[in-house]
Amino acid sequence: MSAPNTWTIPEVRAALDARKISARELVKEFYARIEEKNREFNIYLALSPERAYAQADRIDAAIAAGDALPTLAGVPVAIKDVISTRGIPTTCGSRILEGYKPPYDATAVTCLESAGAIILGKTNCDEFAMGSSNENSAYGPVRNPVAPDRVPGGSSGGSAAAVAANLAVVSLGTDTGGSIRQPGSFCGVPAMNPSYGRVSRYGLIAYASSLDRIGPFAHTVHDAAIVMSVISGRDPRDSTSSSAPVPDYTVGLAKPLHGLRIGIPDDYFGEGIDPEVREKIESGIRLLEKLGCKRVSIRMPNTDSAIAAYYIIATAEASSNLARFDGVRFGPRVPGATLIEMYRKTRGRGFGAEVKRRIVLGTYVLSAGYYDAYYLKGQKIRALIARDFREAFEKADAIITPTSPVPPFRLGERTADPLQMYLADSYTVTGSMAGVPGISVPSGKTSGGLPVGLQIYGPAFGEGRVLHLAHAFEQAGGAEL
Amino acid sequence: MKISREDVLKVATLANLELTDAEVETYRGQLDDILTYIDKLNEIDTSNIEPMTQVVADSAYDAPLREDVVKRADVILEVLQGAPDPAPPYFRVPRVIEK
Repeated sequence: MSAPNTWTIPEVRAALDARKISARELVKEFYARIEEKNREFNIYLALSPERAYAQADRIDAAIAAGDALPTLAGVPVAIKDVISTRGIPTTCGSRILEGYKPPYDATAVTCLESAGAIILGKTNCDEFAMGSSNENSAYGPVRNPVAPDRVPGGSSGGSAAAVAANLAVVSLGTDTGGSIRQPGSFCGVPAMNPSYGRVSRYGLIAYASSLDRIGPFAHTVHDAAIVMSVISGRDPRDSTSSSAPVPDYTVGLAKPLHGLRIGIPDDYFGEGIDPEVREKIESGIRLLEKLGCKRVSIRMPNTDSAIAAYYIIATAEASSNLARFDGVRFGPRVPGATLIEMYRKTRGRGFGAEVKRRIVLGTYVLSAGYYDAYYLKGQKIRALIARDFREAFEKADAIITPTSPVPPFRLGERTADPLQMYLADSYTVTGSMAGVPGISVPSGKTSGGLPVGLQIYGPAFGEGRVLHLAHAFEQAGGAEL
Repeated sequence: MKISREDVLKVATLANLELTDAEVETYRGQLDDILTYIDKLNEIDTSNIEPMTQVVADSAYDAPLREDVVKRADVILEVLQGAPDPAPPYFRVPRVIEK
């Protein structure tokens, strides 16, 4: 049983079935909470009450008619603001898309709504998903619900905080180098980055197309598994989505873990890890051993190169993807005497500092004479990192690491030095580069009460195994270590 | 110093990005730091490594191609609603061709 204000997906269903609450009343309750807390935490950028109540009324009508209810019937959800929602403002946390209302829904949003979920609104994030603290949003930072003077992590800080603050039952975020898992860790909620290609990216406003993925935040691993089953699968509108069969990820979650080999990469426990984080992760590993897992030592020798290669590939792709924001088709325009001047002014004023920094870096590494030295080199390093994972998964069924080397830091504490901010992504970018699934699950708290996240990696399309381990860890009290 | 002011200005031109003088100076220094950090990749021998150009986990399932069939979308008016200066059925921009 969860905390008094917390609703899980099965609890919503049970309350609806027992007629203890209607879908409309539940939506009203969530909007009342948002009204009360959003000013302080800055989690939601836009609300969609009209659409939410219309969907709630459909669910209530189905209940009244005695119809079978879909999987997520009446479940209030929050959507990161880089994911398109028809008719609901979608700004990517940027001035350059202020007031933009997409004419269509992302496939993941369609999947949720078709399964009965209720879209409450759009959550704050780092501008165009570029950042690790949510401080790069043009609409102000999100505060961490667990510790309001701290960042919620990023870039999906609003989606993580929405669940942690009980302002949504589940939410969708996106992850390019850690943007689901790290805020999940910072806000103390389970957060899943699926395999590349598992969830359609149609309608996700692209940052780095070869790395971007959509995945859930939830109060429980079981809820995350339910959402994964709903949003996964082949989509003809995304040519990189996989047609690999989608299992019911909740089946088998409760099986014992006996004999599963967990790989611990020594390369992830070197310099730079906070001693309290290390201690909590080591306790977490011991808990998994107690549950029947076999600990094996593995090597991931290219880990140290991951951040450098990631910032080549991600910024190169970003510089190309963000070329479409030019004041012609969407968002505000800053007038100019010529077309080029209009482009330059619109982009110069519409984008924030971090986005411009990455466009400049990405354009530089792709410019004439530098392609081989940077982009091609980055792709070769990426191949080495993917090989590290393939070789590790010959010895181990899953890999255990910290999600972040540090607990949530204070607002403003790390904004001065972008490189230091980038280096904190080292445990998550490796999996992003390799395309494999990873989940962050709460693994105790520091002596100051700050959440620590344990990351579980599985092989490509091994979501079932990752969720299985995470569920067992959570049920055995991982969050209380 | 690896990156000059001129480098930043050239890249900003390529990216159609207007930068203030202060921004040019800030980005110059920061890019210098980041590129110096990135240069450590040169210590790794990748001469026999094929670049990873896409993420395909299982060719049995991934990267299928569909028939290339023309379909009507009928979304012009809806799409134009988001434009800063629509002139249905076009997007209007500053003049690019001299009279």
